[in-house]
Amino acid sequence: MPKVVFIEPTGVRREVDAPVGFSLMEVARQHGIAGIVAQCGGACACATCHVYVAPEWYDRLEPKEEMEEGMLELAFEPRARSRLSCQIHIRPDLEGLEVTVPAHQRIEPQ
Amino acid sequence: MISSILILGGGQAGAQAIDTLRRQGYEGRIVLVGDEPHLPYQRPPLSKKYLAGELDADRLPFKHRTYYEEHRVELELGIAATRIDRASRTVTLADGRTLSYDRLLLALGAGSRTLSTPGSDLPGVHYLRAIADVGPIRAGLTSGARVVVIGGGYIGLETAATARHLGCAVTVIEMADRLMARVVASSVSEYFAHEHRTQGVKVICNSRVVRIEREPGADAHAMRGLRVVCADGSTYEADVLVVGVGAVPNSALAAEAGLECENGIRVDRYCRTSDECIFAAGDCTHHPSVHFETQLRLESVDNAFEQSKSAALNMLGRATVHDRIPWFWSDQYDNKLLIVGLSQGFDQQVLRGDPATRSFSVCYLKGRELIAVEAVNHSSDYMAARRMIAERACPVIEKLADPHVPLKETV
Repeated sequence: MPKVVFIEPTGVRREVDAPVGFSLMEVARQHGIAGIVAQCGGACACATCHVYVAPEWYDRLEPKEEMEEGMLELAFEPRARSRLSCQIHIRPDLEGLEVTVPAHQRIEPQ
Repeated sequence: MISSILILGGGQAGAQAIDTLRRQGYEGRIVLVGDEPHLPYQRPPLSKKYLAGELDADRLPFKHRTYYEEHRVELELGIAATRIDRASRTVTLADGRTLSYDRLLLALGAGSRTLSTPGSDLPGVHYLRAIADVGPIRAGLTSGARVVVIGGGYIGLETAATARHLGCAVTVIEMADRLMARVVASSVSEYFAHEHRTQGVKVICNSRVVRIEREPGADAHAMRGLRVVCADGSTYEADVLVVGVGAVPNSALAAEAGLECENGIRVDRYCRTSDECIFAAGDCTHHPSVHFETQLRLESVDNAFEQSKSAALNMLGRATVHDRIPWFWSDQYDNKLLIVGLSQGFDQQVLRGDPATRSFSVCYLKGRELIAVEAVNHSSDYMAARRMIAERACPVIEKLADPHVPLKETV
């Protein structure tokens, strides 16, 4: 089973098992990765599973669809390599995939 | 000192409370009681991918069993709570055992509203709410099977879309004059009616079901072969009949314990019931909306999640006001409907874009303030609206009506 790496908002690095076919969001949720909220459970409806993908991995992922682009545009502090982890599906060749979890997932201003 | 927290209900709200309590450093006892035999799981896929057979059952739970072991959560699953004794701060379970609590969270959810028309108790009349409901429905969704859905709301329409996807001959019967009439604008209703009809679904509005009977010639014990009779005399034969006519809050246990209930369990903005040791969260509550200055009962993932989070913090004595703008979504075929805010009491509706392009939104204004947006296949309008509604933004109407101006730039 591939392993993937999450860097939690506090800087803690967690390497966890990622079953092929699962979404990266599901992997995060099962392992209780801090900072991944994932309210909608993968419907691309909440933008609370936002991650920053490591440079060497970004281009190896399936490209974003329009819905995800629109969600990310106004997610918390989007960057060039932002993705919604619910839209990243684990493949065998993603062994070692590394993503960083942003400080927040909130959409509305506080 | 709080050392024992008892959670009744194993849905979104129950699961979230555990997460928040442990992340906040609460070290005391947590017991979760759920009347279904499953680990706390996600309900939204039940009418979508799980019904379609495209998502395995092991992907429904929020967390695996090991999480609960590692976080020292005692799970009492497959057993109902039957009584709350507020004086002794105990809850009695169906097998007679009692559990004590310092703080109690009622995360009891809602149940399907049932039909009372004659014949609605016949075998083969299905409701869709829990994992156990899905199997018998899915078994009938074979290619060519005649599926009748009573109720053109979220659950009914998602079920219809899934059944059509599986090759069934689908009819949706709605009592109101349009689909999802309680929750969306008529332009959105029309769009979805068109989508369903294009996919081959027979959509019948303005039709009231008066009777369900066995199809002549059908085996008396068979689960199949029902006939739905409407007020105008029209009839629809069904191999599978699914009813989705709304939900009712599970508040009986609370009411029997003398807690204030009215269209759900009454809670304040701190998610506290009329008993200061008892909190409630999710679909079972009737709660204040701080932003909209009204009382709400919501059937929504976001509300269950956020209310439960607030309730958990308040149970630990960390005063937290539940103040959220509600949002909802629905998936039907390749369409995603995203709704944020509450449109009730609006003064003006503004259409952004052309439904014929399959991507548009409807904005609602009260006075000049944006109060709700329904976005069809338009995630950027939806995301912008989540912020703008919270900020009480007042968009310029001319800009709002121009789909080429991004929503966030209409202020």
